[in-house]
Order: sequence, then structure tokens, then C-alpha cells
Amino acid sequence: MTNKEGKKYKMKLDQGFVGACGGEIIQQILMDHGVEIIFGFPGGALIPMFDVLYDSSIKLVISRHEQGAIHMAEGYARATGKTGVAMATSGPGATNLVTGLANAYLDSTPIVAITGQVKSHLIGNDAFQEADMTGISRPITKHNFLVSKVEDLGRIFTEAFHIASTGRPGPVLIDVPVDITLNKLETPANLTMRIPGYKPSLSGHIRQIQSAAKVINASDKPLLYVGGGVMHSEATDELRAVQKKGQLPITTTLMGLGVMDETDPLSLQMVGMHGTASANYAMQECDCLIAVGARFDDRVTGKLETFAPNATIVHVDIDPTSISKVVKADVPVVGDAKDILAKMVDLIEARDRTPWLERIAAWKREYPLAYQYGGEVIKPQAVIEKLGELTDHDAVIATGVGQHQMWAAQFFKFRKPRQIITSGGLGTMGFGVPAAIGAQFACPDATVVDIDGDGSFSMTMVEIITAVQHGLRVKFIVLDNEYLGMVRQWQEMFFDKRYSGTVHPCPDFVKVAEGFGAKGIRVSDPAKLTDALKELLDYNDGPAVLVVAVDPEENVYPMVPAGKSLHEMELGRLA
Amino acid sequence: MKHVITALVQNQPGVLAHISGMFAARGFNIDSLVVGRTEDADLSRMTIVVIGDDYVLEQVRKQLGKVIPVVKVRDFTNTENVQRDLLLIRVHAPAEKRPAVVDLVNLFRGRVADVARSSVVIELTGTEDKIEAFIDLVRPYGIRELARTGVIAMLRGGRK
Repeated sequence: MTNKEGKKYKMKLDQGFVGACGGEIIQQILMDHGVEIIFGFPGGALIPMFDVLYDSSIKLVISRHEQGAIHMAEGYARATGKTGVAMATSGPGATNLVTGLANAYLDSTPIVAITGQVKSHLIGNDAFQEADMTGISRPITKHNFLVSKVEDLGRIFTEAFHIASTGRPGPVLIDVPVDITLNKLETPANLTMRIPGYKPSLSGHIRQIQSAAKVINASDKPLLYVGGGVMHSEATDELRAVQKKGQLPITTTLMGLGVMDETDPLSLQMVGMHGTASANYAMQECDCLIAVGARFDDRVTGKLETFAPNATIVHVDIDPTSISKVVKADVPVVGDAKDILAKMVDLIEARDRTPWLERIAAWKREYPLAYQYGGEVIKPQAVIEKLGELTDHDAVIATGVGQHQMWAAQFFKFRKPRQIITSGGLGTMGFGVPAAIGAQFACPDATVVDIDGDGSFSMTMVEIITAVQHGLRVKFIVLDNEYLGMVRQWQEMFFDKRYSGTVHPCPDFVKVAEGFGAKGIRVSDPAKLTDALKELLDYNDGPAVLVVAVDPEENVYPMVPAGKSLHEMELGRLA
Repeated sequence: MKHVITALVQNQPGVLAHISGMFAARGFNIDSLVVGRTEDADLSRMTIVVIGDDYVLEQVRKQLGKVIPVVKVRDFTNTENVQRDLLLIRVHAPAEKRPAVVDLVNLFRGRVADVARSSVVIELTGTEDKIEAFIDLVRPYGIRELARTGVIAMLRGGRK
């Protein structure tokens, strides 16, 4: 039965949604929130919902695995700042979202995950394809909902989008029993939110901001330490204004890469376990550490007892639980980074700190990120450096997890926020392929490259089929060393090279790519690397995979071994 | 150190599971947790006794505040407040020992809620100290069974 627009369902519901079924209400609320794309996979509990979406203006992208769908939604959200939407059916479909939810939770990515659920009266009865998703996802979502009445559907979805995208962003799961998507609404919907307990503090207290500025101005060795929070807050301009005014040396976390232009002389690049030596030395010697939108993760601090021993700590964060959780904040400032930095810029004084800046410049000169090149095997770092040059540092880079991820962070040289799309907090292998796909959907005109390792790539490479299906010109680089490299490195450094479980035989990834319908390119000769990268970047008729045979026993340096202080790095000097 | 915290939470399914799950995940040491209705049908009050130092207390307060259905968190540390716990305890009390046990009950202003051939069930409300003291005194007679509700608390002086 079709209506006069030739469609089965109304495309725009009347006020109050009376007469609409649950599925139509969901579609309407999604459209009202500007959702243009849903990444998902169908199933029994979702059939009525998918029937509504059949005629929808919302694009429905079907992945090959639900984990791929939610990572695509994450890549989409990270690239744009919009809330990503993922949809999976009940039972195994929903449980396949768990890794993505945990990933979005730890990296604060705004996601609304919609899961089908068995019929309301069957819940709790061990029904077919039933899983207690609200119970399972509780520790890894910002909040979750189980819809019990069609009357609540509109309000719940409105609340979900609000919670996912405000304050510290995060994933919200909505479990929708299949009967609710079919039930028709008889009384007008009330969309007024009922979340009195959710009041994120956005505006920084002016007294705290003044204290912070005072401490910063009085310091001789200040260091800005910024993380993903500045990106989520869209506060890059405000941050750079404060940095420039105060001429403050600046280091970022993995999640904060690009918030500062890494080619700037006062940029120390990334700090922490695989950060630069200059960032780590600066962290340990500074007398004033200004943390903005970062949470003192253990990858950054190294041994806590000896972390930043001389620093007065200013901590700006929107989440009060992050402040003084790991490291005691001397001047806590709770609120939105954009608001606080804007208020701070006039209070920061330009001061002469020549000795400190000279010390930092000397560290940068003496301990640059380096690797040995000129041999017969391609060095993975060279691939990334070359990619940075050829794209003029203006590409969206997704990564998997491991050595390749660290080299991407070290050698690409990021200049803008939302350029790097990587799994930081959870460190999810397999994130790269689907995240790149999601980012390409978000930015169809951008050059999007997944820098991946053979381990991570193998986990989710099946999603390349999705990219082929949609004709995306997304590019994948596999740094193939036939090892699970990061673990192998630890086994080399601390376990006498006993490579237990890390030898990783690979298929012919070029044949795999071609089998999927993508272009495959292979290179192993260093002299041919530039041409191969150009071939990859110039191919725009669909997805392309470049497989690079790289030096199998190359290690990531610097490295702060577990349990050591930041300044006790292994520097891995060139022999 | 024991601290009493109350949280006013939305009266919805899953809130108790959410909060106790959060405490477990964060490794907080919870001595007791009580939840019940309030004068407002949409809100429940949860009273939690946490064991830890000031750092732990601050984290507990903040993590509770982060839970979406939690509307308000109050820390009773350093406040003038009324605290009560309810105890039901079955004490071994054969006929020849019963007068001594009942004597203790009266001294503590408790009540005997049940009498059986060789035991009594005693009901007692009071502060933690009072309850602990009573339990210590009846222990020599033999404790067959013990149940406590956990502490609930309210500020003194007409404040909310």
C-alpha cells in the first residue's frame, strides 16, 4: 500500500506523530537530528524498522559485520563531530557492537547505537536471539535505554541524542523491542526530555580561570598538554590563540594530534610511551603543566610517582571525574575548553622565557624522531613520511592499532584537528578499515587513507566489500611485516625474542583486494615506493589497497618501558 | 574511614544495577547500600556507606554524579545528621538464658519480635555504634542469624 508520494510510509510526520508506528517515529527523530546515514546490519528484530527505512532519505549502509558498522559510525563521527548512528539486530547482532561501544566510550565519540530486541513480553525468557543489551552495555555506554512503550520512543531518542553529543560525548544505546516498532501511537507524543540529573557544566568559573592564568604567567617553564577534548570542543582556534599569546611550548596526546600544527617550532609533537624525546623531557622538567581536554592516561604519564615532579598542574576538563583522578590538579577548571580558552587568552601574558625555549629547541635538535634508511628493505616510517609529503599533510588518516599506528602518529605531521582517526583508549585492532570507510562517507571529497598493519587489517578487511559496493575512493596501506609487531617488539625487548603467538602469516593481500573488487598494488623495493604511493593516491575509481613489504624487525622508538618514568626512555639511537 | 553519601535518583528500572555496577567496576569498597522511595514518586533515595580516604570519597561523589539518572549527590561527612540502621538478630536463648538476653534488649531499647523454644528474634534500630555494641554483647549467647538494612541518614536542623 503506497501513499500519494508513491511511498509506503509518510516521509514527514504531523505534529504529535499520532497514527505513526514506532519505526516511523524513530525515522522522524533521526531526521530531525540531521542524521543522513545509518551504518547497520539487518535481522529479524529489525525487519519492521528496515521496512520504514526502505523509502527513506536517510542512506542505509550495510556492513559485512556489525563491528564494521559501529566502527564506520565512529569514523564518521570523528571526521565530522556529528553523532554517528549504528543499527544492529537483537542477540548476536547487538553483542557484535560491544567492542565499538567500548571503543567509543573510552575515546568519547558521540554515537547512538540502536539495537533491535525481542518482543516485549518475551524479554527475560531466553528467547531466540535475545541478549540483555542494557545489562551488557551499561559499563561501556554513557547511558542506555530499553523502550517499553511506543509513547516513550520520541522522548527517549531525543534524550539519547542530547546525552551522546553534549558534555563529554559518548555512546548511547537504545534497545527497541520489535513490537514497539510496529505499535501505533494513539496519543500525541511528548518529546520533552526528563533527565534532571544531567547538567554538564559548560562555563568555566572565572575565578578558577584567573588563578590558572596567574600560575601560567608566573611560570618559567610552562608546557601545554592537550588532548582529544580540545577537538571535541571545536576549540582549536582558541587553543592556538592562547598558545601563541603566551608562546607556550605544546605537546599533544594521540587523540589530540592536529589540534596544534606539528610543523610549528613550539610543537613537541606527541608525548608519552611512544612520544618524542623532547616532549617527554619537557614534561618531566616543566614547572607548570597546563592540561586541556586530556586525562593523564597511563600511556602518557609513565611511572606516576616520578611524573612531572616539579610541575604545578592546571587541569581544564569538561568531566569532573577526570580531574584529580590520576594526578592531583592544583588549579582545576571544570567546563568546556572552547569557553575557558576564550576567556583565558586575554589573561595570558607574553613573557620572555628564552632559557626554557632554548632548552626545548636543543632537545628537538638532539633527539629528532629518526630511523635508519637506505637499505634494501622498505622502512615503515619512510612510507608514512612520504605519504605526508605527497598529501601535503592534508589527508584524513585512519589507523589500526600497533606499531604502524605509533609510526603514523610520529611521522605524518598533522596540522588540523579531525585528521587522525584512531583508537586510543581501547586500542582496538581492526578499527582502521571501517573507520576509514566511515570517514570517507563523511568527507566524500577528502583523501582518506587507512594506515594499517597486517594484523589489524586482517581483522576487518572484509569491510572493503562495503567500500567497493558504494564506489568509495578510500585508500588502504598495509604495512606488512607478517608479525603482530607491537607485541613482537615487547617480546624482543623483554622476553628474549620468544615470539609466542606473534608470527603472523598473511595471505596475498593484493589478491584479496582484487577478489573484493578493489585495486591492489604491491611494493617491496624502496626505489619504487614513491611511485606506488602516487599510484594509490591517484586511483579514484573505487577503493585501493597498497601492500608494502616492510622491514619485519623494525621497532618503535622512543619507548618508555612499562613501569619506568618518561625520562627513562629507550631512545634506540641509530647505530 | 567510613563515609555516608546519599544520592537522589530517578525511579526507573536498572538504576540500582547501574550504580552498583559502577561501584564494582571502579573497585570502590561499599559497606552498605540502601535504596527506597521518597516523598516524590519519581525519585528514590539511595544511601551508601563507603570505606576509603578523602581521595576515594571524592571519586565516589563525582562518579555517582556522572550517572545520568542520579539527580543529586550529598556527602554527609562533617555534617550534623541523624543516622539509623535496623537490625534483626536471632540469638540463642534457652529458657534459663532468656531473661539475661531480654534484659540486654531493654537496656538498648530494642524489642523482641519473635520467641521460639531456644531462641529469640530481636529488632533494634539505632546508630552504627549502638548496633555494633549490641551485637558484641549478645555474641557470647550465640548468634544464629543476623540481618541489617544498612544506614539511612538525614540532615539535622530542618535542612534538606
